Amino acid sequence: MTAAERVVLRIARPWLSRLVGAGLLAAGTELAGLALMATATWLLITAAGQPPVAALTVAIVAVRTLAIARGVLRYTERLAGHDAVLRIITEVRARIFATLSSRPTRATDRSGDALSRLVSDVDAVQDLLLRVLVPGAAAGLVAALAVLGAGLLSPPAALPLAAGLLLAGVLLPWLASALTRRTAAEVAPLRGALAVDAVDLTAGAADLAAFGATDAALAKAAGRAAELARLERRLALVGWAVDGAGVLLAGATAAAVVLTALHAGTSGTLVGVLAVGTIAAVESALALVGAARQRTQLGTALSRVSVLLADPSPDAGVAAVTGTPGLDAVSVTYRSGAAPALRDVTLRLPAGRRVAVVGPSGAGKSTLLAVLAGAVRPDSGTVVGAGDPHRVGGLFADAHVFHAPVRDNLLLARPDASDDDLAAAAAAAGFLDWVQNQPVGWETEVGEDGGQLSGGQRQRLALTRALLLRPEVLVLDEPTEGLDPGAADAVLAAVLAATPGAIVLVTHRLNGLDGFDEILVLDAGRVVQRGRHADLVARPGWYRDQWSTQQGYLAIAT
Amino acid sequence: MSRRRPFDPRLLRRVPATRRHFAVLGLCGVATAVVVVLQATALAAVLAAAAGGQLDRTALGLFVGLVAARAGLAWAQGAVTAWSAAAVKQALRVELLGSVTRRDPAWLASQRGGSLATLAGRGLDGLDAYFTGYLPQLVLGVTIPIAVLARLVFADWTSALIVAVTIPLIPIFGALVGWQAQVATERQWRRLSRLGGHFLDMLSGLPTLRAFGRAQAQVDVVRRMADAHRAATMRTLRIAFLSALVLELVATISVALVAVPVGLRLLSGGMTLEVALLVLLLTPEAYLPLRAAGSKFHASLEGLTALDEALSALPPEPAPVVGTAVARPGPIVLSGVTVEYERTTALRDVTLTIAPGERVAIVGPSGAGKSTLLGLLLGFVRPTTGQVLVSGVDLAAADLDAWRRTVAWVPQRAHLFAGTVADNVRLGAPADADLARAAAAAALDEVVDALPEGWQTTLGERGYGLSSGQRQRIALARAFLRDQASLVLLDEPTARLDAASEAAVVEATINLLAGRTGVFVAHRPALLAVADRVLRVEDGVVTELLRPAPALPTGVGG
Repeated sequence: MTAAERVVLRIARPWLSRLVGAGLLAAGTELAGLALMATATWLLITAAGQPPVAALTVAIVAVRTLAIARGVLRYTERLAGHDAVLRIITEVRARIFATLSSRPTRATDRSGDALSRLVSDVDAVQDLLLRVLVPGAAAGLVAALAVLGAGLLSPPAALPLAAGLLLAGVLLPWLASALTRRTAAEVAPLRGALAVDAVDLTAGAADLAAFGATDAALAKAAGRAAELARLERRLALVGWAVDGAGVLLAGATAAAVVLTALHAGTSGTLVGVLAVGTIAAVESALALVGAARQRTQLGTALSRVSVLLADPSPDAGVAAVTGTPGLDAVSVTYRSGAAPALRDVTLRLPAGRRVAVVGPSGAGKSTLLAVLAGAVRPDSGTVVGAGDPHRVGGLFADAHVFHAPVRDNLLLARPDASDDDLAAAAAAAGFLDWVQNQPVGWETEVGEDGGQLSGGQRQRLALTRALLLRPEVLVLDEPTEGLDPGAADAVLAAVLAATPGAIVLVTHRLNGLDGFDEILVLDAGRVVQRGRHADLVARPGWYRDQWSTQQGYLAIAT
Repeated sequence: MSRRRPFDPRLLRRVPATRRHFAVLGLCGVATAVVVVLQATALAAVLAAAAGGQLDRTALGLFVGLVAARAGLAWAQGAVTAWSAAAVKQALRVELLGSVTRRDPAWLASQRGGSLATLAGRGLDGLDAYFTGYLPQLVLGVTIPIAVLARLVFADWTSALIVAVTIPLIPIFGALVGWQAQVATERQWRRLSRLGGHFLDMLSGLPTLRAFGRAQAQVDVVRRMADAHRAATMRTLRIAFLSALVLELVATISVALVAVPVGLRLLSGGMTLEVALLVLLLTPEAYLPLRAAGSKFHASLEGLTALDEALSALPPEPAPVVGTAVARPGPIVLSGVTVEYERTTALRDVTLTIAPGERVAIVGPSGAGKSTLLGLLLGFVRPTTGQVLVSGVDLAAADLDAWRRTVAWVPQRAHLFAGTVADNVRLGAPADADLARAAAAAALDEVVDALPEGWQTTLGERGYGLSSGQRQRIALARAFLRDQASLVLLDEPTARLDAASEAAVVEATINLLAGRTGVFVAHRPALLAVADRVLRVEDGVVTELLRPAPALPTGVGG
């Protein structure tokens, strides 16, 4: 058993009795089928001897009961198995979420495909339990009981049966995965590459067409599809040979049992029962071949999931430091050896103070916000107020809009907010008019990641949510991104007017900063200039250059 | 949703190779049916002899030989269906991806293009279950009952009559119960996928939940939603599994209907044991494949849906139009061009002439129709009314591939393909293209030098890991590689760039425009300065702006 499988089983422990119940029901289903054929055969062979009907009554009742029981057992087994597994999946999802929510975000977590892969990885847990563990355990139990039963009827005949069951339940499953392992390992990455090709051909269609590269890209994808088909054909030839071997094994074992039983002088009636029972027993043991195949396919997905299923370590949290929020001589280095993302930055944020952070991209602006809010811990220096969204919080660059009504998205910031609170925040963000124009107002569904909204409305919604939070220090990362210049200025002015607390604004637009108490110009993690707008415009440097460029742009574009 | 037919005849026409596969599958089905009947006959003979303590060597040898034949047929049938699945997937993938050349790039970049990519990738893999699981059982569901009936008519015609009457009950009940299950399943499906999607939405929004201090509180919400998901799934499954239960009971009761009179006649001496055993062994075989087909139908529904989508998504290929070659260089004339999209009008009655060698800048608020204007010149967007003429040739009837070869295009956000940086720049250009020169011209060389493996660095999913500025330089380098281009189209090449990147990109862009006709969407003064004319697009209407003052402010005194 692999480490990943052990992790899954550990999580499944509270529901173990349900799983065992499902396994017993599955074994019962198989045994009922086996007993049905065996009893019916006994009945016919005995009837041929024309005994009094009374001698057959028990067997007749048994056949009828077993026939009905098999169907009912199978139905309850499937329901019980699914119910148990879905309960476990609920726990798995909650744990994955808890683990991810307690550990700091990494850049790789943002890739959409990685997330949807995580969602389908959870299905691997379901398959492991439902298609590998339960049927595997049931098949093993049935095999053991079948050998026991055969031993009672004819001890010598139990030997070939045991051998056949071992071959069907151990050798063939091993062969099924061993013979196809190498080819199967080539198939998975090829499927991934083909999926990427498909995305490139659709999402990049304009680029390909404009540069005359469509045909080459199509040829590459077609080559991959052909290679995949070739591997799949090879897999099929080997894989189905194992299935054929299983059919042969069932018949050959039955023949061996008949020979042995006859040789040992077992009663003729029982020989028929043994033969028919043997075929049924080997066929049910062959379920292990399917389970083994399924298990090999689950390996990678399971190991990805199991990493996230470890007991979520309690978040150490940022030690609560009382006092005025801000940074004191803070430095951050993401990787050892790399240049620091932030060097020796000090920033005080008493109530009402307005600070803007500007600078070229990659200068450390977002890192500064992340340290202030507690998402990133500094390597040296002191941070006050971090880790509590009600002290330092607001709008960050990666703001997500949830697939829910506008209201639910906003209430995230303040669950007890009234409609008036919502309206006030939305008005400042320039979002209220749009909401009021919607037929269902605050209940308007925004679609997946806000897909039903325009870029500008999505941004305004995120900004409204940040304003609703009303923290001591409101952090805003490019709050007017995606709005046209006129609207951007109006929204910024309204936000400033509506916010009594301190503000830290990261922006690339320098318009509207003249009222700010302080402007920090960051470059390569250092504060290279700081002061008020009027001072900075008067001094040569990045700020003055950027300001004149933007003024020239405005002169023409508006 | 319409009900899925078990077999789509369009498949034979679209993928001719399947005709051969299906012929082999049919032959396997007939042979299997014959072998099943012979095998039961041989086993009945063996058991009847064994009941008398005799070993029928001939019958036992025959039984083993027939089992071997059945094993071979199982292998052949599995392999041929898997081969057929591989062939169909390959053919449909190539066709689906090939259809991108007949689609508008904007359509492909939309969500519908995304689902096309998913369909061509993972979606079609769902066909495996349909081909290897459902189809062979469907074939056997026809051949085996016929063979069994034919054999029973000779052995015991009353049993044959009962089987003949009861076998149609399986598809009838299957249709009745299965239909009920399908209606119930589909009613639940939307709800289920929303709940399943909720987990993904929560994962994507984790940074935001954390920023509002709601992540830990949301663990319970995830658990609650997952549990609601389980309850809803179980309600669906209770009905879905019912169909299997009903079919199993119908089959069991039918077998009992056959077995009871056989037993009674055996008791009264009206039938030999061998015939009775044959009836017992053969009757269940007649019901088995139809039941198996029913139970595999659910698993193959996903594949059938994908198949239907794939076959419907492909409109019949239009005869390739040989467009008129565009003589170059000549004037570009838009005469009375209106472009209407589903909901909006992007351009209204635009008339415009661009002389060879002229540089035209386009400004205006976002969403005003600037990108549509460039799309018209590339032939991606077709005028709803009016014409785009290049050197007097209407682009709607022109050889677009040849025309695009004379155009260098830098989109606002270039698609980066899975591959190396070199592949991405070379896009469509010959293998010996001078990458180094293009890179130097586009200021990409410093980016490449800083990458861990230089030109051979592999880009992640959609260019993951590169900044906007770096992407933009790759797009510019692509354009520089087209040194034969006479028209340069740029869509806000400096949007979202920091100061350092912007300066480099502006300089490169100005170099690219040298000696060529240029149409560019731009707002930065440095780019506007090189324009001969500035057009303003607002609400789909194009107006000409007066040239701005030639000297831009280089600094604003404080």
